[in-house]
Amino acid sequence: MLKQIEGSRAVAEAVALCRPEVICAYPISPQTHIVEGLGELVKAGTLTPCEFINVESEFAAMSVAIGSSATGARTYTATASQGLLFMCEAVYNASGLGLPIVMTVANRAIGAPINIWNDHSDSMSQRDSGWLQLFAESNQEALDLHIQAFKLGEELSMPVMVCMDGFILTHAYERVDMPAQAEVDAFLPPYEPRQVLDPAEPVSIGAMVGPEAFMEVRYLAHAKQTMALERIPQIADEFAQRFGRRSGGLVSTYRCEDAETIVVALGSVIGTLKDAVDEMRDGGKKVGVLGVRSFRPFPLAAVRAALQGAQRVVVLEKSFSVGLGGVVSTDVRLALSGLQMHGYTVVAGLGGRAITKASLVRTLTEAVADKLQPLTFMDLDWGIVNRHLEREKTTRRSGPIAENLLRDVGAVASKVH
Amino acid sequence: MLQVRIHGRGGQGVVTAAEMLSIAAFEQGRHAQAFPSFGSERTGAPVVAFCRIDDREIRLREPVLAPDVLIVQDPTLLHQVDVFQGLKPDGYVLINSTRSFDELGLAEVSAKYRHERLTTLPATEIARKHLGRPLPNAVLLGGFAALSGLVSLEAVSHAIGVKFTGKVAAANVAAAAEAYEFMKKEMQELAHAQAN
Repeated sequence: MLKQIEGSRAVAEAVALCRPEVICAYPISPQTHIVEGLGELVKAGTLTPCEFINVESEFAAMSVAIGSSATGARTYTATASQGLLFMCEAVYNASGLGLPIVMTVANRAIGAPINIWNDHSDSMSQRDSGWLQLFAESNQEALDLHIQAFKLGEELSMPVMVCMDGFILTHAYERVDMPAQAEVDAFLPPYEPRQVLDPAEPVSIGAMVGPEAFMEVRYLAHAKQTMALERIPQIADEFAQRFGRRSGGLVSTYRCEDAETIVVALGSVIGTLKDAVDEMRDGGKKVGVLGVRSFRPFPLAAVRAALQGAQRVVVLEKSFSVGLGGVVSTDVRLALSGLQMHGYTVVAGLGGRAITKASLVRTLTEAVADKLQPLTFMDLDWGIVNRHLEREKTTRRSGPIAENLLRDVGAVASKVH
Repeated sequence: MLQVRIHGRGGQGVVTAAEMLSIAAFEQGRHAQAFPSFGSERTGAPVVAFCRIDDREIRLREPVLAPDVLIVQDPTLLHQVDVFQGLKPDGYVLINSTRSFDELGLAEVSAKYRHERLTTLPATEIARKHLGRPLPNAVLLGGFAALSGLVSLEAVSHAIGVKFTGKVAAANVAAAAEAYEFMKKEMQELAHAQAN
């Protein structure tokens, strides 16, 4: 059924269609509307049987999720930014224990400086946590990926993060096609746990494992993610057959067939990139877009296959490994090892800086001419950066960086544009 | 693609206005995308929200930089924020005010645009009359429907009914309808004056 609703609402309704039995979450922007929506559905009796548990922190949210998933309940939570960091220890436990929790990460920057806006720093910080990470391009895809995530996670007995851009998607009203309950029921069977805490058949979960088997347990997590590389496209196919639209998969390509330059990106910026590519194609530039849907497991073979015909690759990312450069770029480079091509990393949109089509076209035009720096910070205000570097050179007590820069840009407080 | 930017202050329902406009467009079978400029949710602080309407899927995720339509819910913003930034030469402007464009000191601005597309509407007064509260968002959408014909009053009324219920919805629908009639009349008078 077509609906014009907020992204958060779409995800809440989709999660409800998956019949979770336990939802536990702590509110944090920009995720809050999702769990508020689910709370309303539970309270109204629309989503039943389901226990909605208010917890006192994100650490508690993931801990409760671990407990409920271990008892065999289909379990959902959502978080963002500092909340994800706060639950970090339990995040690793959930995957280490092999519990198929599904969690929405409404992507948001990490402080300091405190910033509520979108980038991918939060989920990237959990890249190595053992969770599968799927990135949505649109609200329709966010909705669809949640339904696929429960199926995928439960088959493998591994937890899944569905990452969607905070505010840009979570707070956007757009058209979504909401599936019917019967269709979701036919697609997603009831959860059959591999391990369950059951008083009738007591087991313990969470043993200490020493050097004799720790590596093997970790390897098995990797083996499962490797299996996911096969299952993710199959599940996307099954989804397409049942629901009549393509969502998910490992990667997606746009105008890549004869592309000399391919831009690799994750999440909602793929939409703006497609418009930028259309404009550049009209100007005779052979540019395409490779969207990475599954960041963990990272689809090395699919990325290589999509990129190997190109002459240059630009990785556009909303994340940044301080002291190195791109996060996604490193993985893309691994996929391309042995191939000779120009590679560029463009860091953009950190802390909610708008990624405009005009800036993308300008940056990609420089890339096409091979005039781009290997590591570029798109739309960086060099004036205030250099001013501060100069301040540090000349004054020992140069003061707090964030406050200095806000003063330099003439802002009394953080604002939108 | 039609791009709308709505300026107002926290508490005036700016974000809700953009959402309702998107629902109205959806109701008329079109693709629409509404989103706020995030972060400044404090009551009284300047707030901006955006709406895009098109006949095909909307992929662009940048803020609306070059609007076709500008709705200003609070005229005091005119002296604080450059609301006209990026407005297309043939753009529509609707300002919540009892005063005319010229009386607002905007004669210089209006010279750059199409005069018949620049209008004011006493939305706060109409809102007070129907809602008992100075909430101009739905009222302005009624006015915008009349000004532009880009959405119908029926679709706007439907959208109000999606976002509000009961008496509040009914009062907003009535207020939007009055704004629609007010604007139609004003446009007729304007056309008449120009014809003479």
